[in-house]
Amino acid sequence: MDVQHLNLIYLIIAAAVATFATRVGGYVLITQLKHIPPRLEAALNAVPAAVLTTLVAPAFVYGGFDVAASMLVAFAVGLRFSTLRMLLVGWVAVMVVRHLIL
Amino acid sequence: MNRDEFRQGLRGGFPIMVAASPFGALFGALAVDNGFTIADAVFMSATVYAGASQMVGIELFGNNVQPWLVVLSVFAVNFRHVLYSASIAKHIRHFTLVQKFFAFFLLIDPQYAESERRAEHGLPVSFSWYLGFGLIIYFPWIINTAIGAVFGQLIGDPKAIGLDVLLPIYFLGLVLGFRKRDRFLPVVAASSVASVAAMHFVGSPWHVSIGALAGVLLAACLPQEREPGEMPAVEKEA
Repeated sequence: MDVQHLNLIYLIIAAAVATFATRVGGYVLITQLKHIPPRLEAALNAVPAAVLTTLVAPAFVYGGFDVAASMLVAFAVGLRFSTLRMLLVGWVAVMVVRHLIL
Repeated sequence: MNRDEFRQGLRGGFPIMVAASPFGALFGALAVDNGFTIADAVFMSATVYAGASQMVGIELFGNNVQPWLVVLSVFAVNFRHVLYSASIAKHIRHFTLVQKFFAFFLLIDPQYAESERRAEHGLPVSFSWYLGFGLIIYFPWIINTAIGAVFGQLIGDPKAIGLDVLLPIYFLGLVLGFRKRDRFLPVVAASSVASVAAMHFVGSPWHVSIGALAGVLLAACLPQEREPGEMPAVEKEA
């Protein structure tokens, strides 16, 4: 196994440890401290949406017309339907734009 | 072990497993597309076992983001589990230490939601039930990852068949899943503007940390309105 691949294995293990830490962390915290400051709680509460948004917005702005169009269509679908349908409709949209329009 | 309760768990987890299967396969295919081998993808599903963060992990890895930032992002996306594990503590106090270890390892969104619901209905959250519910989702997740990865390896150019839009759309779906949370719109707006600007002025991968920080700081600075002590809401992972 080459060094680069070994690094990937370490990366996956680190990700697994980090994930397990979140799953144990609350239990440990709740037995230690009784009250979380509201501003800290608000900040923690915002973490997932904030992180995931950074993977969406730049792809929309810099991804090109085909990607942006399919994301818009998927967004409209996502307001009413499941993620799986978003993926399906968004995929159809990008294929149509790429192979029929552009 | 109580066989009846274990079976109850299996039955309860079955529909979740079916719903999660396409995402397991999708993860496998996209992981291979981002430079993973089939074994890497399976290893990640078996050890991390958190779909959304696995997708984030392969996306950032594929873009050559520094390892510490990949791990931090996985940690951030999984942060909601801290709330689950705090909330579930009172129901699993009777588990042994080893049982708690397995319980926390398997603590995905639906596992948390069902445990809370069971407790609320006055049913016992026994280890037998918990394990049955968890394993019927865990093992197929790994198998589906392997199936997806095998197919992913057969695909030549992912862009030609439109695979490259699936990750941004998947993440968009996850963001939409948070829209009932307090301060959702200002957080998303701040993170969008900051990440787009950071991508332009600083470059990848800094758009992730800078964009996320903007949203989180804004959430902390906005006026606080929520009553303390509410139970954490469960988001659908997929």
